[in-house]
Amino acid sequence: MTAVDDLSFTVGPGHVTGFLGPNGAGKSTTMRMMLGLDHPTAGRVLIDGEPYRSLSEPLRRVGAMLEASAVHGGRSAYNHLLWLARTNRIPGTRVREVLETVGLEDVAGKHVRSFSLGMTQRLGIAAALLGDPPVLLLDEPVNGLDPEGVLWIRNLLKGLAAEGRVVFVSSHLMSEMALTAERLVVIGRGRLLADTTVRRFVEDNSRSHVRIRTPEPERMRDVLTAAGIRVEQAVDGALEAHETEAARLGELAAANGLTVHEVSTQRASLEEAFMRLTGGDVEYRARGDAEHLAGGHVEHRAGGGRR
Amino acid sequence: MNVASASASARSRQQAAGHITALRAVAAAEWTKIWTVRSTLLTLLLTLALGAGLGYLVGAGVAGGFTHMTPQQQETFDPLFATFYSLTLGQLPLVVFGVLLVGTEYTSGTIKVSLAAVPRRGLFYGGKALAGLLTALCTSVVTVAATFFAAQAGLGPYATSLGAEGVPQAVVGACLYLTLICVFAMGVAAMLRGSTGPLAILLPLLFLGSQGLGNVPGLKKVTQYLPDQVAAVIMHLAGPPGDPRFSRDFDAWTGMGILGLWVVLALAGGYLVLRRRDA
Repeated sequence: MTAVDDLSFTVGPGHVTGFLGPNGAGKSTTMRMMLGLDHPTAGRVLIDGEPYRSLSEPLRRVGAMLEASAVHGGRSAYNHLLWLARTNRIPGTRVREVLETVGLEDVAGKHVRSFSLGMTQRLGIAAALLGDPPVLLLDEPVNGLDPEGVLWIRNLLKGLAAEGRVVFVSSHLMSEMALTAERLVVIGRGRLLADTTVRRFVEDNSRSHVRIRTPEPERMRDVLTAAGIRVEQAVDGALEAHETEAARLGELAAANGLTVHEVSTQRASLEEAFMRLTGGDVEYRARGDAEHLAGGHVEHRAGGGRR
Repeated sequence: MNVASASASARSRQQAAGHITALRAVAAAEWTKIWTVRSTLLTLLLTLALGAGLGYLVGAGVAGGFTHMTPQQQETFDPLFATFYSLTLGQLPLVVFGVLLVGTEYTSGTIKVSLAAVPRRGLFYGGKALAGLLTALCTSVVTVAATFFAAQAGLGPYATSLGAEGVPQAVVGACLYLTLICVFAMGVAAMLRGSTGPLAILLPLLFLGSQGLGNVPGLKKVTQYLPDQVAAVIMHLAGPPGDPRFSRDFDAWTGMGILGLWVVLALAGGYLVLRRRDA
């Protein structure tokens, strides 16, 4: 099975870039290939023009969090960061700094196995920040965080991007990315579906309509149809006018002496837009199909994203 | 020498210096890893306790039974056999240490963090092997010394001394053996990418070795070449010298050479697996 196929995009500094795709789309595999943990069959990932595997002291160039749980449970948070710092000759004082940044300074001496999912996630982010790198790659960083933690990480990521860093964050939650990211890279089944800004993505993918509530729906419908506007009836009896604007409808209603209780522009939610875009590409439907279950080990590789 | 080759040689010198700095950093990180988990102290202390403790008991046992031995047994009595026999069990926790050092990278998933921090596989592997080797060497020297003196205390009147013939070689051999078998275990764990598999293979094998696997008639032709059996000559563990049943087809240092070969093979195999497979 091919987890990622012919995927090519560029991520720039100064803003958060969201990396979106349904579970199993190949987000984690892509990130693992960026770090040289998986070998692509063909192609390459270059960090500042160099393959990751040839970087010396890469923590100073790229900070990554793939699976926050990939930590020895019998080691304290401080010691975990300490050995990691030593690999790249990062001074030990930096360990305390990042522990403070992520708010773990009080539990620095505790064994990681006693940590909650959220604390482990924070430790993973601390590890990514250790080398003060200009590039950050984070795989599903909000997974397992409580609302307070989600808000915290959103602000942290925006702050890190504002400092001029490349911040590349994967997620399967469109709504979360809409709040955090400015740019989006969307993949499905390992293929690139969109590489755009959040704003453009929303405009292109969310079909908006105008909702009208009126005591005279029949007449309203006739008026609008006569004006060449496509109208549908919503379940609650209101009308939905497509490919038009609220102002035009208001004017039409006034010109025809129609009473109107509501005229409002409705945007399909981002989640809906995302579902529509990736709809044909959801890999793991309820009934798994045999072809994809066959390639056991690769599927497992792509599996990080399904957590 | 022209300018181009001068700058090339300066560059390669610089590169070499960079490699050494990097290796030192990785080894320091691995050293930190080693000493920040509880299992390290546990396995290493157990190695020392088993070696020295059993060494004393075996020595005392042999000394107590000496008068009941046949005259021929008394004549061929080798205090070094009783001295280092305990190491055949004392090595087990040290082997566990070697396996865990590499294996927990995979069982805990830390390998991904490790390789993201040190993406050059050879550098990572070399640093880990170096830190493991140094730890094993220190543990071995302390354990062998403690075992030697504890066993002599147990042996009492039948004890030997450090200056006696064959003793220095056996002591050095024992230190080398313990160190190398630990590094061998690291290589096996790297090949199998885990802890359970290597332990399931190594522990029974080494335990059977202590029970004389290398002396089993028929099997001996092959089993005497197993990594733990090849060191039996230098440590005087093959059996009473001169007895054809227990003799090996090689001498003490050839045996250690074969052990070195085992270690190189295991390390190389582990390296190939690390380089080829996705983390």
